[in-house]
Amino acid sequence: MEQETRVPISLDKDIVDARQKGRSIALALGFSSGDATLVATAISELARNIVSYARCGEIVIQVIHGSPRLGIQVTAHDEGPGIHDVQQALRDGFSTSGSLGLGLPGVKRLMDEFQVDSEEDRGTTVIIKKWKR
Amino acid sequence: MEVPILKQGDVLIATIQAALTDADILHLRTALIHQVVRSRSRGVIIDVTALDVMDSFASRTLREVAHMIRLRGAETVIVGIQPEVAFSMVQLGLTMVDVSTALDLEEGLAYLNQKFKANS
Repeated sequence: MEQETRVPISLDKDIVDARQKGRSIALALGFSSGDATLVATAISELARNIVSYARCGEIVIQVIHGSPRLGIQVTAHDEGPGIHDVQQALRDGFSTSGSLGLGLPGVKRLMDEFQVDSEEDRGTTVIIKKWKR
Repeated sequence: MEVPILKQGDVLIATIQAALTDADILHLRTALIHQVVRSRSRGVIIDVTALDVMDSFASRTLREVAHMIRLRGAETVIVGIQPEVAFSMVQLGLTMVDVSTALDLEEGLAYLNQKFKANS
C-alpha cells in the first residue's frame, strides 16, 4: 500500500473522492468498517471546509506507525482565508457559513487525535489521526 | 449520479444508489419537491441504504427536504441508515430531529400507510 495518498480538493466531487480513498485505506489497514466510516466522514467534513472557505486545497492521507499500533493520519491543508478565532471555531455551535456549526468539534469527536493550525490570510492545516483498535 | 424517483400510489420513492456529490443531493432536493407537487403525493420515502457516509451537508439537506415536503402537507421518511453511518452521525452531532426514519423500505411504507389511515 502507498504510504501517502494526496487528493487535490477544489470541486464537490473531490470531497467524495477523498473520503472514498480514506475509507479504502482504512479498510486495507484492517480498521473495522465502523472506524473506516468515522475516518471517511471526518475527511468529508474537512474537504468540504476546504471547498466552502478556501475553494481549493489538498487532503493527504498517510499510514502512520505508532508503537505498537498502526494508524491513519489525514492532513487537510489550504491557503485560504484562515480561521479568525480557532478557539471559537472549536466550540460546538459556532459557524460563520450558516452551516450547522458542528464542523471542527464534530470532526474532533470522530477521531483519536486532532490538531488545527491556522493563520488569518495564510491558510489552515488540520491534522487528524485514528489508531487501529 | 441522478437519483431515480418512483411513484407508487400516493408515495414517491427515491432510492439513492451510489455516493452523491453535494450537487447531486441538491438536485435530488429540487427534483423531489417538484415531483411532490406534480404528483400530489402524500408521502415520500428516501432510501439511503447505499450511502456509506452521511456528513453534515447530506444530513442537513435531507432534513430540509423533509421540512419542505411537510409544508406541502406530505410526510417524508428516511429509510435504511446503516448502523455505522448512524454511529458516525451521532458522534458528529447530527441527530435528524423531527424527521421520521424507518429500518427499510417496507417499514417506511407501513409507517406512511398508517399515517394516511389515521388522517383519513
